[in-house]
Amino acid sequence: MARDDVWILGIHMTKFGKHPNLDTVDLAAEAALAALADGGVSMKDMGVLAAGNLMGAANGIGQQLQKQIGQTGIPVYNVANACATGATALRTAVMAIKAGECELGLAVGVEKLAGAGLLGGGGRPKSDRNVYEPHGRYGSVATIDGRVGTETMPGVFAQVGMEYGHKHGGATFELFARISEKNHSHSTLNPLAAYSKKMTLDQIMGDVMIAYPNTRPMCSANCDGAAAAVVVSGEKLKTLDPTQRRRAVKVSASVLTTDPWEEACQVLPDVNTLTRQAASQAYEQSGVSPEDLDLVELHDCFATAELVHYDNLGLCAEGEAVPFFESGATWRDGRTPVNVSGGLESKGHPIAATGIANIWEVCHHLREEAGDRQIEGATVGLAHVIGLGSACGVHVLERAAA
Amino acid sequence: MGRQIPLVEYLVLGEEPHLEANECSSCGARYFDRRNACASCGGTGFHKAPIDSEGVLRAFTIVSMAAPGIPVPFVASVIDCGGTSVRANVINTTPDPEHVKLGMKVRLATYVVGADDDGTEAVGFGFEPLEEPDGA
Ligand SMILES: [Zn+2]
Repeated sequence: MARDDVWILGIHMTKFGKHPNLDTVDLAAEAALAALADGGVSMKDMGVLAAGNLMGAANGIGQQLQKQIGQTGIPVYNVANACATGATALRTAVMAIKAGECELGLAVGVEKLAGAGLLGGGGRPKSDRNVYEPHGRYGSVATIDGRVGTETMPGVFAQVGMEYGHKHGGATFELFARISEKNHSHSTLNPLAAYSKKMTLDQIMGDVMIAYPNTRPMCSANCDGAAAAVVVSGEKLKTLDPTQRRRAVKVSASVLTTDPWEEACQVLPDVNTLTRQAASQAYEQSGVSPEDLDLVELHDCFATAELVHYDNLGLCAEGEAVPFFESGATWRDGRTPVNVSGGLESKGHPIAATGIANIWEVCHHLREEAGDRQIEGATVGLAHVIGLGSACGVHVLERAAA
Repeated sequence: MGRQIPLVEYLVLGEEPHLEANECSSCGARYFDRRNACASCGGTGFHKAPIDSEGVLRAFTIVSMAAPGIPVPFVASVIDCGGTSVRANVINTTPDPEHVKLGMKVRLATYVVGADDDGTEAVGFGFEPLEEPDGA
């Protein structure tokens, strides 16, 4: 029988950063075991496991993890969906519960990235003798990335922000740098962040330029990390003990979208339309409106991306993202605090872990367990991730009595 | 002069080099690569459509970190050519935010990317500013 309400019973994220002595499975196991313990359940209770590890997508991280923490014979879904991999894993477990296939499920996302270079852009195989031969769907005779625009992540997301500025005005290099300044400032309160150092505007603007207007501190920080969540049906939750019920967080909306056809999405991935559609579906599913949100963790893979998502998520009126940011709304003491964790720019971005880590952050505020960076009285929050290709996950989470 | 070959098939060389898209015969959606069917309407009929060689710069970035062999910095951009979006570098300009402006008018220009072992030259394209920036 199909069910509607699904809750997060337990959740955990590892410290983000460098973990030279831990492999992917160690990190996934640490997050999974701690999420199970946080929920007061064990692997034996799980009816489904969904796991994501983008860089090792062919290796079956789900089964590797089971060998370390419990081979109970349950179905495993190994998912890969670019930077939305973690959100996709969570959504897979949520769907299994909604479909009535099980009562409890575990979602895990893990990545080891420390030391990895910038993502995106592929080369071509080299042969001994170099003779031009049209190759691939563009019939190209040599590398086109870098010669016909750019396919690298910093370049794509830089253009996304510049396009917004062209359309609506006011989006200067300094404005984007100030968004980054906010996130680096927020990260000083997050002991699990890869970087928790405050940075001045001058430091940010004067740092190494990667793809104008994004300097290095305005780009997501590659790092190692894992996050995991245990989800439970509302029916099952009612049978659990009062502490488990009190700390459970309601998944009021769980949405995944892809890029619908738009004229320009053929040459520059459109991260806007799919986010707008995911947000509007999430608000409709949950009955929550953007004004109700006490905090938002959104996919600031680059400072330029954060600006457009204020607009895409409906946090401000259409075209008003610049004045919305300038009003101070997205600082932690503002009307709609955004990325109080430090965001991907300073908390870090271990790709497949990010989608669940964003939810971890929101859950901790809703449970009043966020320590020094607690947003007082938070009862509803939104977590957003995007993966180029493109996929977008939006989850609305609420503190509610089970 | 040796033989020339376009860097990508959708660049048409000759007297007046221009870009050419695969246009969906049902809905008019344009694609620069080969398609099995139209991503917009599902149609499977395509014909060639020439693209305007002048356009307006709608988005750009100045890329300072790129794959080996690609000279940096370069200006990557999206250009609106009469309603069709084109991905291309902005060339024949100084790659800095003083010389490259959103909304500026640009036109198609070609250049030789390199030659292979048979001496065949690959011709690439970019868009160059139509007017000098103010004060230049
Ligand atoms: Zn069509």
